[in-house]
Amino acid sequence: MKFKAFKLLTVITVLVFSNNLLAQSLDEVLNRGQVHGNFGTDIQYYQVDSLIGANQTPNEDVLMNGFANFIYTNGNFSAGFRYESYMNALQGFPEKYKGNGIGYRFASYTNDDMTVTVGNYYEQFGNGLIYRTYEARGLGYDNSMDGIRVNYKIREGLNVKGIIGTQRLYFEQGEGILRGVDGELMVNDFFGGSLKDSKTKLTLGGSFISKYQADQSSQYNLPENVGAYSGRFLIRHKKISFNGEYAEKINDPSFDNGYIYKKGTAFYAETAYSTKGFGITLSAKGNDNMSFRSDRDADQQDLLINYIPALTRQHTYNLLATLYPYATQPNGEMAFQGELVYKIKKKSFLGGKYGMGLLINYSTIYNIDSTGIESPENDSTQMGYTTNIFAIGDDRYYDEINVEITKKFSKKVKAIFTYSNMMFNQSVIQGKEPASKYPDIYANIGVIDLTYKINRKHALRTEIQGLFTQQDQKEWATLLIEYSFSPHWFIAVMDQYNYGNTDKDINGDFNKRIHYYFTSAGYVRGANRFQVGYGRQRAGIFCVGGICRTVPAANGLTLSITSSF
Amino acid sequence: MKKIFLITALTVLSLTVFSQTENRAMPSVNVTDMEGGKVNTSDFNNDGKPMIVNFWATWCSPCKRELNNIADIYDDWVEETGVKLIAISIDDARNSGKVAQYVNGKAWEYEVYIDANQDLKRALNVNNVPHTFLLNGKGEIVWQHNSYSEGDEYTLYEAVKALADGKSVKH
Repeated sequence: MKFKAFKLLTVITVLVFSNNLLAQSLDEVLNRGQVHGNFGTDIQYYQVDSLIGANQTPNEDVLMNGFANFIYTNGNFSAGFRYESYMNALQGFPEKYKGNGIGYRFASYTNDDMTVTVGNYYEQFGNGLIYRTYEARGLGYDNSMDGIRVNYKIREGLNVKGIIGTQRLYFEQGEGILRGVDGELMVNDFFGGSLKDSKTKLTLGGSFISKYQADQSSQYNLPENVGAYSGRFLIRHKKISFNGEYAEKINDPSFDNGYIYKKGTAFYAETAYSTKGFGITLSAKGNDNMSFRSDRDADQQDLLINYIPALTRQHTYNLLATLYPYATQPNGEMAFQGELVYKIKKKSFLGGKYGMGLLINYSTIYNIDSTGIESPENDSTQMGYTTNIFAIGDDRYYDEINVEITKKFSKKVKAIFTYSNMMFNQSVIQGKEPASKYPDIYANIGVIDLTYKINRKHALRTEIQGLFTQQDQKEWATLLIEYSFSPHWFIAVMDQYNYGNTDKDINGDFNKRIHYYFTSAGYVRGANRFQVGYGRQRAGIFCVGGICRTVPAANGLTLSITSSF
Repeated sequence: MKKIFLITALTVLSLTVFSQTENRAMPSVNVTDMEGGKVNTSDFNNDGKPMIVNFWATWCSPCKRELNNIADIYDDWVEETGVKLIAISIDDARNSGKVAQYVNGKAWEYEVYIDANQDLKRALNVNNVPHTFLLNGKGEIVWQHNSYSEGDEYTLYEAVKALADGKSVKH
């Protein structure tokens, strides 16, 4: 133990001073080094709340998540770690986070266009269709790699990345070993000369990733090395751009796809035009059988290798974001989205004195047309089904038209008006069976977000939201009032009320017309922020008190502290 | 083994903290510009004048409020102090394809970059958005603030003016 400690201390000392040897005093070298970090904690005291089904508080009464990151940098060297603490993890957070530990540690250096990282790291290839490791602290999502990463700029315009490692699984590592490589060529920069100033720019990229996991099945002959590859391009001509990526994964029987040997495919295509005051984006995305994990038997958030985003508008207003949020269907979907952003000029008819902002977003998602294999029990190929990645099926999953108008009426008053008409296939998206009992939801949602500036430093903001539907829990309304005292304080009260719920109890009374009330207050100074909240909160992105963060469901008293230095 | 690691790490850290005299420089991270090109953040420069580095996202309403409020007075800020606002979007693949069109659709004049896998956000120890850093003429971080309330832009501008006048800034 003593010898190991000495070895480790020597290694770290050598690393720290390796690019500063000779001629330099310890003082000088240490003076160039810097330490920075950030800290966050959420502490919750739960209350029994039979109205929302929280009949039992956790045995601990108080649950807490906390973490602190420290990074040391000195010249071209950096190293750091993250200490995490779950004593025990908040409700709604993945349960397997328990206890305390170092969740992340790394050392890295850069020299002559090469960057080497050892330990934990996050990396993405292209759009992430075959590989993306990242963290979303508020959701408890962390699939970091533990291994080695090399980033090298071979020449101007040509970059290569190589990765190898295992993925994080709470405080342990997942079973599979991942290795991959990604190359990106920026044609204009690479060939230089007159191309550098050309109005047409081209970038090409390609990546390959493979995972290894031993076959321990007695039932199947499982592939131990599963590879996935993708190609991408970006063409830009003056104000128009067109980019796309296509990916394929070879046979990968897993828990997610029912152990079939069909290959996976995904593509993403986007075309866009923008100029000052106007922007339009049109995109399409398809994915079929692209659930890719470093352990074929893992489920939920565990050990995902890639990231297939939802091609819908990401909402933050309470009724739009928490009731019917769309989630990408891992086993297959085809999505289209169009978004237009336009600034109506000042002094025009609609623009008025300050101009008016307009945003229109339309998205629609269907299943992919597929044909099941007849008599699967006789199917020796275990392919499951056949499909064409570019063929749209008949089942509609989601459809939304969303319009947002931003207008400043005077120096003191401004507002954002949002309207959304949505169709939500709750049976497929939320896994509710049978489909006959859970029909598609058709909803109209309106939000008025009004800010009144009392004076230079004091402002009152209010949100009035309504969701109107004949299905599911029927109508909702939300009212939020937030008072801010720049630059330090805020106080807010919010109530989300299910006023239209028609469920009745045995006495014939409406018993599900619940209020989700939440009150919060906070203090911020520099990079330190404290927030105290009380009441019921639904899971989702919460934008109150000057910041946006993802939160799990809560009820009772909460204290959140974030800080960075 | 874990204990030894922690003790060693903390020793190095504490030795450094006691001798830390300089301001933080921008870390060296690659971000993408609005045309799909790669830019290294340690190359951010405003010819000796102050720079604001602001983290935002297309889904972050207080971030958009802040950037819209500053947009109304940005021309005055630039004229008086020469400051440059660099807006770093932490939008991932779900929204990063729409950022350039959003920025242009709002007619913002900022320099905008995309930090798609949040490498810069992590390197600068940012917890939540919006988070704003103020850099002096030497490109060193001298001031930072998390969250946005109506009127915060005036506090930010006081700090920008102080820097432009050659004074030091209080956190």
